[in-house]
Amino acid sequence: MTAVLETPPTVVPSPPAARRARRQNRLAWIGRHSIAIALAVMFLTPVVYLVLISLMTSDQALTSDYWPNSWHPENYVRVFEVTPLPRYLLNTMLYALTATALMLLSSVPAAYALAKLRFRGRNLLFLVIICVMMLPPQVVTVPLYLMWARNGLTGSLWPLVIPTLFGDAFAIFLLRQFLLTIPQEYLDAAKVDGCGEWRTLIRVVLPMARPGIAAAGLFQFFYCWNDYYGPLLYTSENEQAWTLSLGLASFHSVHHVDWNLVIAATVLTMAPIIVVFFFAQRAFVQGVTLTGVKG
Amino acid sequence: MSAQPLAIRIRRHATTLSFLAPALIGIVVFFGYPLVSAVYFSFTKFDLLSTPQWVGLANYRRMADDPFLLQSVRNTLWMVAVFVPVRIVSAIGLAVLLTQLKRGAGFFRTIFFLPSLAPPVAATIAFVYLLKPGTGPVNTALAHLGIDGPLWFSSPEWAKPSLVLLGLWGIGDLMVIFLAGVLGVPTSLYEAAALDGANAWHRFRYVTLPTIRPVILFAAVTGVIYTLQYFDQAAVAGSIASGQATTGGGISQSFGFPEGSTFTYPLWLYTVGFRYHALGYANALAVALFAVAFAVTVILLRRAKAFSGEETS
Repeated sequence: MTAVLETPPTVVPSPPAARRARRQNRLAWIGRHSIAIALAVMFLTPVVYLVLISLMTSDQALTSDYWPNSWHPENYVRVFEVTPLPRYLLNTMLYALTATALMLLSSVPAAYALAKLRFRGRNLLFLVIICVMMLPPQVVTVPLYLMWARNGLTGSLWPLVIPTLFGDAFAIFLLRQFLLTIPQEYLDAAKVDGCGEWRTLIRVVLPMARPGIAAAGLFQFFYCWNDYYGPLLYTSENEQAWTLSLGLASFHSVHHVDWNLVIAATVLTMAPIIVVFFFAQRAFVQGVTLTGVKG
Repeated sequence: MSAQPLAIRIRRHATTLSFLAPALIGIVVFFGYPLVSAVYFSFTKFDLLSTPQWVGLANYRRMADDPFLLQSVRNTLWMVAVFVPVRIVSAIGLAVLLTQLKRGAGFFRTIFFLPSLAPPVAATIAFVYLLKPGTGPVNTALAHLGIDGPLWFSSPEWAKPSLVLLGLWGIGDLMVIFLAGVLGVPTSLYEAAALDGANAWHRFRYVTLPTIRPVILFAAVTGVIYTLQYFDQAAVAGSIASGQATTGGGISQSFGFPEGSTFTYPLWLYTVGFRYHALGYANALAVALFAVAFAVTVILLRRAKAFSGEETS
């Protein structure tokens, strides 16, 4: 009997089925990761390639070479000298920063009212805001253009900045979705302490809503930075007011700038977006997710 | 509510109004007013110098036999039929792939997401250069494999597929939305399915897909709306590939290159309005666009719970 007890626990030889399953798992693992790596290379190639071209001589940039024969980082300085890039950069910065600041000032209170205040017509107003958000900008382009032209503001970026003073539908939507997640108890506590609605918003809600506000602000900043249609519509006639996107599209064809410099400017236009993204990745991904439907 | 004295009620309304006033003004001035004017202008004829003259339905009748309109509608419909589904299927594929990765999912997510932030003009220039027929790296690589690459942005058959490729590069935002959807599928559903002997494909087909259906609807509707207003990439690709002027007065001359293959509805609207200054007709085109976009939006509003305006807390 003791002998039985002393027998070491038998090592069950894994049946061939289990072993096969394990091997299959490992193969699947390798397969999935290989696909992911291949895709990652495909997604990165355009950017890597652009950077390489931007460091070539103008002659080599016209060939089918992948690798620069000699390195020319000075292209990035030259493009500032031979094109109005500094002007475009300044315009784009001013446009994106002012629009973002004004948009937040006007949209946060509206989103707060939609999320936390009770008033008649609230759901209707929210529906209208979604419709505004979904509206293709081309629908109202002509009447808006005529309106700005009557006021003598075409040829500048004002027609794009001024409307942000009056809220942005997408930002209001995004912020409202975010503010809904703040528990009512915090607001009630503030009211008990004698805070009015504005004080509650500024003292209690703003600090808690920082990630949402960051996401909405980033979206607006990127939208302005990338905007092509708006500046094309209002500033084509006045090159002094052009933005990066507008200028970039005209370098090669209008100004006959060499390809290596055009590509350098292209890289420069993408770079700030990537830098900002790495600093604010969390807020950003959270924001994109919020735009999707819940449930 | 009615028990409250009038003064308090008025004050409460004043507070609410103080929060909403800027947005309300914005909606009226930059949405309501131009929308109503667009409808009114669509029954008139005028240019930048003349005043609108009532012409009744003339602009709408003109739409019936406008070859450029027909061409632009065809191109936009092609984009809706190909661009939208291809982007959705690819985004779901990427999202599912990310959830299956045990290592480096965050790293891959960042790589796939980043290009979606690239400015459209910059991305378009990059792709026209990458896909240059003669010396572009893609065709050079294809030549190494013994494949005679297409003319991409310079060929009427391949110009729109090239735009789809460009759109796939920027698929990251859609992927993140689907990723949230796929991660939101309760694991208990997968476990139950596995007990029933479902393989990976069955689990995807009968568990994942039905659960993320609202997200697919959302992506389809926003995708159609996005495609209806598709402008930047088509305009820039046409002008860079053709080597013609892009901005200022010359902008619309390169629209649709090559042979009108990238000539989308918004490009025609812009051309009519800002090159020919046929502002009445441009507004008729705008009203038609609004009708379609609105109909598509209504589908979403009627189906999606998150948009119903109900409070979730």
